[in-house]
Amino acid sequence: MTDMTAGAAPVRGTLVADAHTRKRNASEKRFRLYGAIAVSLAVIALVFLLTSIVRNGAGAFMQTYISLDVTLDAAKLDKSGNRNPVEMAKVTTFGYAPLIKDAMASTIAANGIEIEGLDKPEDLISKEASAQMRDVVLANPELVGETRRFEFVADGRIDGYYKGRVTMQSAERDSNVTPAQLRFADALKEAGLLETRFNWNFITWPDASENRPEVSGLGVAILGSFYMMLIVLGLALPIGVAASIYLEEFAPRNRLTDLIEVNISNLAAVPSIVFGILGLAIFINFVGLPQSAPIVGGLVLTLMTLPTIIITTRASLTAVPPSIREAALGVGASKMQTVFHHVLPLAGPGIMTGTIIGLAQALGETAPLLLIGMVAFVREYPSAPPEGFFEPATALPVQVFNWTQRADPAFIERASGAIIVLLVFLFIMNAIAVVLRRRFERRW
Amino acid sequence: MMNAKLTASTLAILAASATVAVARDQVQVAGSSTVLPYASIVAEAFGENFDFPTPVVESGGSSAGLKRFCEGVGENTIDIANSSRKIREGEVEACAAAGVTDIIEVRIGYDGIVFASQIDGPEFTAFTPDQWYKAMAGEVMVDGALTANPYTKWSEIDASLPDAEIMAFIPGTKHGTREVFEEKVLLAGCEASGAMEAMVASGVTEDDAEDKCMSVRTDGRSVDIDGDYTETLARIDANPNGVGVFGLAFYENNQDKLKVATMGGIEPTVETISTGNYPVSRPLYFYIKAAHLGVIPGLKEYAQFFVADEIAGPDGPLAEYGLVSDPELSGTQAIIENEETMASGS
Repeated sequence: MTDMTAGAAPVRGTLVADAHTRKRNASEKRFRLYGAIAVSLAVIALVFLLTSIVRNGAGAFMQTYISLDVTLDAAKLDKSGNRNPVEMAKVTTFGYAPLIKDAMASTIAANGIEIEGLDKPEDLISKEASAQMRDVVLANPELVGETRRFEFVADGRIDGYYKGRVTMQSAERDSNVTPAQLRFADALKEAGLLETRFNWNFITWPDASENRPEVSGLGVAILGSFYMMLIVLGLALPIGVAASIYLEEFAPRNRLTDLIEVNISNLAAVPSIVFGILGLAIFINFVGLPQSAPIVGGLVLTLMTLPTIIITTRASLTAVPPSIREAALGVGASKMQTVFHHVLPLAGPGIMTGTIIGLAQALGETAPLLLIGMVAFVREYPSAPPEGFFEPATALPVQVFNWTQRADPAFIERASGAIIVLLVFLFIMNAIAVVLRRRFERRW
Repeated sequence: MMNAKLTASTLAILAASATVAVARDQVQVAGSSTVLPYASIVAEAFGENFDFPTPVVESGGSSAGLKRFCEGVGENTIDIANSSRKIREGEVEACAAAGVTDIIEVRIGYDGIVFASQIDGPEFTAFTPDQWYKAMAGEVMVDGALTANPYTKWSEIDASLPDAEIMAFIPGTKHGTREVFEEKVLLAGCEASGAMEAMVASGVTEDDAEDKCMSVRTDGRSVDIDGDYTETLARIDANPNGVGVFGLAFYENNQDKLKVATMGGIEPTVETISTGNYPVSRPLYFYIKAAHLGVIPGLKEYAQFFVADEIAGPDGPLAEYGLVSDPELSGTQAIIENEETMASGS
């Protein structure tokens, strides 16, 4: 059929486009063009943002490691010689640093590496190394006196050299690294002692001080964010849904409920820092909850997320057609049975979508956490809930904020890496929201 | 009403959960962002070498930290306030009013403040305080009368300086660094150039003259940076003529991008700052709540570890990061050992 009509092209139909129609068609075309321009501007901005973040942050997921044979010298680590861990613990990490120096010297000799002007080859290794050795030795005192192969994280500057952040030229100007050290790193690479590979530690390790950007990670921040999300989910969802059901299905329509409605919409637009001030005043100063703890962060974010959840829940409750309620009431169901057996299940996907979007919003929030002490240097992992809720932790966006403030350029890379991790979490959450909506939402 | 209901239900949950709250077993520190890197280095090493948990270190500025320090005594208040300036009289009084009467003052070392510009930019290699005063002052003395600052180029101030637009990025007023900059550079420069004397001679009272010396021009050639040094660095990166004020430690970590200028002919190094030859430096402190000693596990050990020779000494990790170590460190160690509070100590 279509072929035939296509063949009978000369007859174009009875409609002759007059001036008015042409004008209307043209304005529609223009409008589509504006839309396309708007979308492409947004896409360009997004692509620009993402490429700059990925370009800066991709390096954080790679890490350079150096393998060294370290002789665990008994004279240095266990002076009394009876391998008693309590006595050996008196040797601090500073006592372990010379071992690395010795190990470097023997590695240079064993591999026949000759670098002109090489000074302080031990600086290629992260300062974390002595802590790493001390942990191993204290856990296995019998290792003292033996030579053992350790794999250490390379110093941030050396690591930067293999990621293009540090070059021979910049090394000449920088007193923290010398070109000779970079050439030495290349020699180690040739000898197979140095390699750059994927860095899981970035996800699991805790934050590190400014002297050791190479061992800093997101472990504590991810745990802290996760705990806060648990609290927000556990509090905001039941409170928010209960409040919305009451307001939507049971509460009488009067001035009071109107006032409440206006207030909820207002709260949704209140700057988040206000909730931080509230949290400090109520939860920390009045109730006496600990500072820097996920419980306080979670409660503050709950207050912030509640309006979002209430508004979306009410919207999805209103979207359930009255015929459902009437039918249920008609066969003799009580008001409560109507709501819980019929209305709520139908509104469920909408409520879940709203909750996830609220959670995603809370996950990316930094401002309220500033005031309750979560913008901090925290190195200890919080323990499992419920105790962990009361122990210090940070959050993902806070970690980004912290790292961008630090002096060492390696932290800028880490900050972008942390943004990537945060974006991945947000993407997953929003994708779940979209899938839920698509699969379960019913339209009438 | 909705608020009240929500808050009430949240509080009910809280009341139930507050009883679960366990006693705090880690040291909590807050305060100066200049001291933060040092405090976090010490906290990290402390966690590695002791059985105590790693202390939690927050930043937020000296004043904010001291304010929280003075909120009272108890487990939900901080134990230590880091500060890039000495505690003020008013703050000691506020502390005392809240029950924080015994404070131990610990000086950890000195911080040098340096003047640096883009490494490939104009030859800003030597400054004197009076050049900075002339470049930064809001009003300068011209022919015996105060007039708005006429200088637009460094070379107009002194022929030895490059022919470049004046563009300075100085710390904002909330930073402790600003105070040092005003006192040790602007005021010193004002006095050295004779402007102070001229102002007093023209009938301005001495206090007003000092204020005039330290007031910075507002025509856009001096930019207050309220963020941190990374922001100053970004501004310098974008502006070849810009000169910025940095901490020595920050400069040392970014030597591949910045070049430093001498001040009064003296190059800022750890040596010149520790001998006091380099004029722009300041002591860094932390303050311990004595009432928390023996209550919060590890508090005294952390303080002792902080000022131990192997940490804060000239070869320790703090000096490596850029702290100028205090020649009188042993005195500080004794203060902590004997728990000398500020009143009894001095």
